[in-house]
Amino acid sequence: MRGDLLIMVPLAGALVAAAWPSDRTRPWLLPAAGLVHTALALWLLARPPAVAPGAWLGFDPLARAVLPVVSLLFLVCAAYAVPYLRMRAERRNRVFVASLLAVLGLLSAAHQARHLGLLWVTTEALTIATVPLLHFNGTPRAFEATWKYLLIGGTGIALSLLGTFCMSYAYVCGGGGGDLAFATLMAHGPALSRPWVLMAWVLLLAGYGTKMGLAPMHTWKPDAYGEAPAIVGAVLAGCVTTVAFAAILRVRAVVAAAGAGAATDRTLLVIGLCSMAAAAVFLLGTRDFKRMLAYSSVEQMGVLACGAALGRAGVWAALFHVWSNSLTKGSLFLSSGTIRRAAGARTVDQVSGMQVVAPRSAAIFVAGLFAITACPPFGPFFSQLRVLRAAFETGHGAVAALFLACALFAFFGATRLVFAIVDGRPKAEARRAAGRPLESAGVVVPPLLLLGLSLWLGVATPEVLRQAWTAAVEQLSPAP
Amino acid sequence: MTTALATLLRLALWLLAAPLLPGVINRVKAWVGGRRGPPVLQLYYDLARLWDKGVVLSALASPGFVAGPAVAWVALLAAALLVPLGSAGAVVSFKGDVLLLVYLLAVARFCTTWAAMETGSSFEGMGAAREVSYAVLSEVALITAVVSMSVLSGSVTLSGMLAPSIGAGAALLAAGLFVVLLAENCRVPFDDPNTHLELTMVHEVMALDHGGPPLAVVLHGASMKLLLFAVLLSEAVLPIGQLPPLAGAAALAGAVLAVAAGVGLVESLSARLALRRVPLLLTTAFLLCLFALLLAWKGTAG
Amino acid sequence: MSEPVSLLIGLAMGLNLLALATSRMPSLIRIVAAQGVALGLVPVLMADQASWLAALVAAVTVLLKGIVIPNLLRRAMRAVKIDREIEPFIGFVPSLLLGAAGTIAAVGCTRLVPLLPEHAGTLLVPGALASVFTGFILLIGRVKAISQVCGYLILENGIYLFGLLLIRSTPLLVESGILLDLTVAVFVIGIIMDRIQRAFDSLDTRKLTVLRE
Repeated sequence: MRGDLLIMVPLAGALVAAAWPSDRTRPWLLPAAGLVHTALALWLLARPPAVAPGAWLGFDPLARAVLPVVSLLFLVCAAYAVPYLRMRAERRNRVFVASLLAVLGLLSAAHQARHLGLLWVTTEALTIATVPLLHFNGTPRAFEATWKYLLIGGTGIALSLLGTFCMSYAYVCGGGGGDLAFATLMAHGPALSRPWVLMAWVLLLAGYGTKMGLAPMHTWKPDAYGEAPAIVGAVLAGCVTTVAFAAILRVRAVVAAAGAGAATDRTLLVIGLCSMAAAAVFLLGTRDFKRMLAYSSVEQMGVLACGAALGRAGVWAALFHVWSNSLTKGSLFLSSGTIRRAAGARTVDQVSGMQVVAPRSAAIFVAGLFAITACPPFGPFFSQLRVLRAAFETGHGAVAALFLACALFAFFGATRLVFAIVDGRPKAEARRAAGRPLESAGVVVPPLLLLGLSLWLGVATPEVLRQAWTAAVEQLSPAP
Repeated sequence: MTTALATLLRLALWLLAAPLLPGVINRVKAWVGGRRGPPVLQLYYDLARLWDKGVVLSALASPGFVAGPAVAWVALLAAALLVPLGSAGAVVSFKGDVLLLVYLLAVARFCTTWAAMETGSSFEGMGAAREVSYAVLSEVALITAVVSMSVLSGSVTLSGMLAPSIGAGAALLAAGLFVVLLAENCRVPFDDPNTHLELTMVHEVMALDHGGPPLAVVLHGASMKLLLFAVLLSEAVLPIGQLPPLAGAAALAGAVLAVAAGVGLVESLSARLALRRVPLLLTTAFLLCLFALLLAWKGTAG
Repeated sequence: MSEPVSLLIGLAMGLNLLALATSRMPSLIRIVAAQGVALGLVPVLMADQASWLAALVAAVTVLLKGIVIPNLLRRAMRAVKIDREIEPFIGFVPSLLLGAAGTIAAVGCTRLVPLLPEHAGTLLVPGALASVFTGFILLIGRVKAISQVCGYLILENGIYLFGLLLIRSTPLLVESGILLDLTVAVFVIGIIMDRIQRAFDSLDTRKLTVLRE
């Protein structure tokens, strides 16, 4: 079983989707490709292949630790996509389906990239491939969101390229050949020229941080997640951010091997706490529940950045949190899509009484909200608890206190909004929509499934996953 | 020849050669426009004609109305004495004389502005305000150019400073000084000397109420200022001081005529800038001189 | 480093400042095209021996940056009938002064970083940093979408210039990476601008302010 298949299958699926003539049957390609991809990914999780040392692509321990959740989330979203696209039958879905499959292929490639240059190429291609997905709705607001995404994302990508060049030049200045494979860079760590490594770190953090959505580069997130369809939001929040986070982890490993690990930890902590604080502030004020999901995503990215800065236990906790965040966020986005269709609007002024109009989706949404704000027994509670423990173990008590404060304010902000939407009497628009069949099994089961997986992850984390995360931490910070 | 005779000859040269330049400029403009144009010596005839006319003086204006142009003319002549003419050197030369040059130009501008405001008319006041606000930016550029030349040559006297080097720095300096020349002498793109609409005038409107001999003094002073800037520009760019006297004089004359022709071409080929865009062009001139300064500094440092 | 290369990079740095000062969009597009052409010729002049591959890549770069991309931009400009930047966020004089300060800072900062002996004393790193800074000023300070795209192109030019430092170690990766980046980005930008223009009937990004809290 090879890791390349994980890339080839979705890309081949994208080509088939582009050529497929029928709009009605094309959506079925999504769960088909997703099923094959998930089966492959879970097989490779259980039996990891050997990785050739000099290869640019390889299913290495970090990919093994993160790629399966991407695949799982995509499969469930693909299952949701079939009824969704049937409901939106008025729009042609050739570009949508092909882009979504291409995104899956590029995600697999980016996670398995063991070369900094290849990582950049795949991330850039990922940015371009997600653009058609963002303005699927075709409204002027969608174009505005896409323009901001392109401009800010494009600038971030350009900065990452400059950072990649700086890293290569650091190697050249240190007497090497400029080869950008991660293994080579880590092996020659102490020889890298320090000023160039630091400059590369700043630029790469800024560039990939933009893709992740860390503050202050997060301004595209509320608009993009707010205007895109729910599936696209789930894929962006649960899959694309993991690529950027994995990139930052790999780069941090190189910089730590070069001896500047303390500086990276400081910057990551600052950016992580800033993101959590910014998200908490905006969550207290926002009135649109899809934008609320975007701010919640910014907060979770802050948690990941803090985790990455807190030593080996912190990185383990961050990988755990990647899984719990992706699964829970997926559930939140998918149920929010149903709610929005039921309500016909997105802001708290125009939406209320969802427990009457769309009871099952509203219940899943509330449960998902509690999950993402770290209520036991769901996954995010356990992962964020581990991050806090890592903070105390490494002596960052103040960080833990700030972390808890931001999480508390985020909880206030999110619950205020969600209960305003769910309680009360439905507005006229929603009562009219209640006549149509809204909550078929196809749109209720996927988010429920994801929520269940998040619960299982928290309560009974599988041993194979724990071992995968330990192996990834070992790869990133090899014991001296 | 005694120094007194040499000084008198030099004065005569400045006085007599100055009115030639506006004539050359007008001739070039006419040639570009496909016309025959006025004779090159037209300004001489105009000055002679104006000198014979009478003057209308307002009973309410102070003597500054007539004294202004006169003091300005004297200041410009004194500034002309400070400028070295190639290897012949300047009449008066001492450390820091370049600052005196800049201040004499400022005095001339001040007197012209005073004379303009003496009339009490709003047109002249508007012209005075515009002229002075241009000067704020163009003087910065001029002083930066002076500092750049001083850093390059290591001297603070004009005679020592005007010993240029070749290269990118000289080109930037030339461009910056040329724009300053256009600004200080009221040429397109800063000011159209041929306009007859008072609201668009900058310098011409300041002399609107002068007539007869004072107007002749104003016109001659303006042409002397143009000659001064042209000589400065030529000597900052070409190594005239290192040539033997006769060749140097010929080169200087040729360069000054080339500058005048260049001004004529710029006037024919470009349009007047809108007033709100003038600061941008003057800032560009300042930056050109600044980069010349940085290149000179880097060149001498390492 | 040879004289022609320094001259070309110096020209590119001068074009940066011109781009900051101009308010007319046709001039801005022409300046960006000229800068792209100038920088496209640099690798050919930098190479020790003439290789047909370097010449081919240079030709493609010049074609793309000098002809194809400016034509895309000009078509977008004609479609929306906008050809002037009237009221930018950062005024023309402040952005010109900022750009000049950035250029001087770039030259100064280059003294602080260690460079290989063959690169020390050349204008590669200052030119790259100055162009990146200028691109940022245009991206942040301008209002019209086409000006922002030109700012992005100048940013890319700066990164390309920096990539030339690595041209001996990983030549093809650098050049093809940048070309790919540029082509796809501008292609997509062209499409999006077209859609925005059809939706909003203008390319004034100040109109893109519906989305807020």
